Amino acid sequence: MLVSSRPDRDGPAGAHRADVLIVGASLAGLSTAEALRAEGFSGSIALLGEEGDPPYGRPPLSKQVLEGTWEPDRAALRTAEDVRALDLELLTARALGLDVRCGTVCTTAGTWRYGRLVIATGARAVRPADMTGAERVMVLRTLEDAVRLRAALAESRTVAVLGSGVLASEIASAARGAGRRVVLLGRSGRLGIGSPGLCLHDRLSELHRRHGVTLRLAAPVRGMAPDGRAGMRIVLDRGEELRSDLVVAALGAVPATEWLHGSGLDLTDGVLCDAQGRAAPGIFAVGDVARWEDAARGPARRIGHQSAAIDQARRVARTMCGHAPEPPPLPFFWSRIHGTGIQVYGDFPGEARLRPIEEDGDRAVLASMHARTGRVHGVVGWNAPKSFRRARQLVDRDRRPIARE
Amino acid sequence: MPLIADTTACVGAGQCALVAEDLFDQDDDGIVEVLERDPAPEQEADARRAVALCPAHALRLDP
Ligand SMILES: Cc1cc2nc3c(=O)[nH]c(=O)nc-3n(C[C@H](O)[C@H](O)[C@H](O)COP(=O)(O)OP(=O)(O)OC[C@H]3O[C@@H](n4cnc5c(N)ncnc54)[C@H](O)[C@@H]3O)c2cc1C
Ligand code: SF4
Repeated sequence: MLVSSRPDRDGPAGAHRADVLIVGASLAGLSTAEALRAEGFSGSIALLGEEGDPPYGRPPLSKQVLEGTWEPDRAALRTAEDVRALDLELLTARALGLDVRCGTVCTTAGTWRYGRLVIATGARAVRPADMTGAERVMVLRTLEDAVRLRAALAESRTVAVLGSGVLASEIASAARGAGRRVVLLGRSGRLGIGSPGLCLHDRLSELHRRHGVTLRLAAPVRGMAPDGRAGMRIVLDRGEELRSDLVVAALGAVPATEWLHGSGLDLTDGVLCDAQGRAAPGIFAVGDVARWEDAARGPARRIGHQSAAIDQARRVARTMCGHAPEPPPLPFFWSRIHGTGIQVYGDFPGEARLRPIEEDGDRAVLASMHARTGRVHGVVGWNAPKSFRRARQLVDRDRRPIARE
Repeated sequence: MPLIADTTACVGAGQCALVAEDLFDQDDDGIVEVLERDPAPEQEADARRAVALCPAHALRLDP
């Protein structure tokens, strides 16, 4: 299925060419190619990605793959046949530079000339900075990371997870599920989860405690040192030390824009785009690497969820095919922590309070409601998918006639 | 065009119910329930999107 560079295609200018060149062959890139074909685009498409694997999804990496209920290849997004049906050139190569003026991308598989360019290079895991022993710290972003982490989990008795976001919680959950002793080390004192931020801290901490995760949420790591064959000593404030067989960092992800430096695009926290995903004439960005404007919902921001990547891909394909823009959807994501399914839809502005609108044992639906108007901005389903589905309609209902408040 | 869900593969993400709420619901454990086994022609586009979005490949729209 993978086609490597094809020197025979070198034209007189020494460059390959595609009507649409997509850089980054993961969810956002593949979805763009699919959406283009679905819109009837018949030009040539080249999809270039640095990971040799066929395109795969990341959500299962921290859940089914890490827990060991899925074999890694089940994370593949499409069958080889599906990809073939898209009639595109899938290349394993890394983009090294963009020349906007010439309309070319320099890659490890030669120079590519594009009609239109889609930037879909996603994000990379942040590694703990300059500490001795930091090379032993594992991160989780790629399938390779997941396979390595799963093997390391099997050989460790104690696991320290650095971070306090949703990925840190998911990793802690998988490690507990495997029977390991787990400590979660945060800095800010609170646990966060995607867009609702810290609003779910109490519930999340209770969930972790109930499942035996030790929470040290205001314990900034001051240093680290290898200890034994694979273990680590972690130095906390006031010289306190902690030993762990395995250390995993879930400290967030930064947009993979290093290859775009010097291109003239605005790369402040991702590729800045207008509300249709345009970064410059003929250049679009989608997925975790992109920061789209959305005037109705505040300053441009990166979203970092699967549904946003797929939706942006669809919009960019529509724009390229000359279709009218559609109103942007609201963000949606889900997570699974210690078996509790968490679904999140909508916005969670700071001034709105998150309060339960339904609660029954360990199931709940919470809504982010404007204090004065009662307008529902966003909802969270906590182990309550059925009620969540109904509650979502409150957000859609209240979304239309805004302008007031 | 029968719309089929493999409930053993479903991971309960709810992505399907989000894009096609007339076609899918989730039970109390989050597992997909197909509401409309034979989507009407105007529902087909939504059905196709849901199939494409499902992170577990648990959905199929047979010809
Ligand atoms: C462990 C984990 C669990 C997650 N769980 C959830 C979840 O439950 N729900 C949810 O909604 N979202 C989840 N996410 C987020 C979701 O996976 C991302 O939003 C999604 O992957 C974004 O897709 P993308 O294609 O934009 O970027 P990516 O998936 O990051 O893909 C970018 C691709 O581009 C390649 N690339 C980068 N630079 C270059 C270059 N210079 N040349 C060529 N190729 C390059 C990369 O190798 C990569 O393959 C999770 C993410 C992780 C890491
Ligand atoms: S999108 Fe797929 S995994 Fe999620 S609930 Fe629907 S069928 Fe299940």
